[in-house]
Amino acid sequence: MQLSRLFWIKAALWLLCLAPAAWLVWLTMSANLGPDPVATLEHQTGLRALQLLLLTLGMTPLRQLSGRPEPLQLRRTLGLFAYFYMCAHFAMYLVFDLELSLPKLGEDLVKRTWITLGFSCWLFLLPLAITSTNGWQRRLKRAWKSLHRLIYPAALLACCHFVWLVKKDETEPLTYFSILLVLLASRLPWGKWRKGIIGAQTTT
Amino acid sequence: MLIRTSPQHPVRSSEITPEAVYNDRRRFLARLGLSAIGLATAGCGKAADSSANAITPKQVAAAGADLKLERRTDMAGKETPTPYDSVTHYNNYYEFGTDKSEPAQFAGTLRPRPWTVEVAGECEAPGRMDIADLLKLYPLEERVYRHRCVEGWSIVVPWDGFALGPFLARFKPTSKARFVSFTTLYDRKQMPEAGGALPWPYREALRIDEAMHPLAFLSVGLYGKTLPNQNGAPLRLTLPWKYGFKSIKSIVRIEFSESAPQTTWSAVAPDEYGFYANVNPGVDHPRWSQKTERRLGELFKRPTLMFNGYPEVASLYSNLDLRAYF
Repeated sequence: MQLSRLFWIKAALWLLCLAPAAWLVWLTMSANLGPDPVATLEHQTGLRALQLLLLTLGMTPLRQLSGRPEPLQLRRTLGLFAYFYMCAHFAMYLVFDLELSLPKLGEDLVKRTWITLGFSCWLFLLPLAITSTNGWQRRLKRAWKSLHRLIYPAALLACCHFVWLVKKDETEPLTYFSILLVLLASRLPWGKWRKGIIGAQTTT
Repeated sequence: MLIRTSPQHPVRSSEITPEAVYNDRRRFLARLGLSAIGLATAGCGKAADSSANAITPKQVAAAGADLKLERRTDMAGKETPTPYDSVTHYNNYYEFGTDKSEPAQFAGTLRPRPWTVEVAGECEAPGRMDIADLLKLYPLEERVYRHRCVEGWSIVVPWDGFALGPFLARFKPTSKARFVSFTTLYDRKQMPEAGGALPWPYREALRIDEAMHPLAFLSVGLYGKTLPNQNGAPLRLTLPWKYGFKSIKSIVRIEFSESAPQTTWSAVAPDEYGFYANVNPGVDHPRWSQKTERRLGELFKRPTLMFNGYPEVASLYSNLDLRAYF
């Protein structure tokens, strides 16, 4: 019974995560992507990737707040969907902006910081996507956890990528940046520090 | 005054998309979506076909062209203009929001009538001119120009208006008038979405010889229709060889000056936006390449042309290092 409940939650999550992709496919086929279809596709896939990445990072704090096991059971699905949208985002850029030219990619990576940031983020998350299976988790033992901490710098890179590319009015990217900072801050050992301070006060 | 009616366009006729293919591009796009995503189901294909409804200039004219045009000059190498719907729903007009769809949504609060343009500074005949009088000065002409945004997208627009040079000459600029600057309206009531994205009011400027160049144009309409608010009603500059942000919208003030005026973008980010802002594929924006651009509606980028394909302005800059003065 317990297992089937998780099954339904996961099925719902899959549908929710696939919905934006389905929506974009629909908009593409009905020619409703707006005046610059490629820009819309690139922006939307990038935005979904970032949102799902932040949602993935929200699962640990949610687990601590709720005391329920589900957030951690859904974390991998969310993370992989974030990577799915990131790959789509990267693929659009490679195909439509660069026409699959490696020299052009090289030039962008060297010259344009926001491309470097975005590409690094994609690269950081690649090993995480590959080693996301139970098999790899077992094989890597404790190293798995260390490896998967790469999501922290990757999320920072993703946010910087967004802030950097905006011409002006950085409200939207900075909102995501703030959410990330809150999520990262929640992981700091506040409890230990508080004890440390109280401890220090009692000894004086 | 010399008005070139057949400028030297480097766009070869073989590069121009046939009109039938161009008008069908939404369907083409849709099909590409189908094949790329691999979901070529019969039902979806039908949906794509039924919505292939690109607006043609003829349709727009039939729908409500209200300007009387004396003549029409194609200065965009016979390219089919970008659909009216795209030109009026993909705008950078930060006073009405920074998203490109927002000006079309929020510019309804702008009141383009009554409207007065103030002309001041180093000129013998300064004064104020009502938009109604201004519209009676010259017969309106239409010029189809390429328009290249500094962000890397471009459109082709039939602009309606008159040449900037003779208009400015009316105010008799003195020998001290080396520059001319333009100011956009700033009214919090009419522009509640303005926020703090840029220091208002928006300002732009030209060297006087640039302003007097026959390509420099003052637009009061597009596609034969009075300028929609989001496109800079009631009066805007159109400078086809410069990045779009130089073509200032909703002008309320013109001033001749001896010293170089401050302009908004180059004041906000001088390393990214220069005073000249000539379209130049050889000088990249610090954050992105200017070698290519995407014509709205097209999938792939095309090479950006020097001076946006208007080499007739090159003589204005013959003594200028365009890398330093970008």
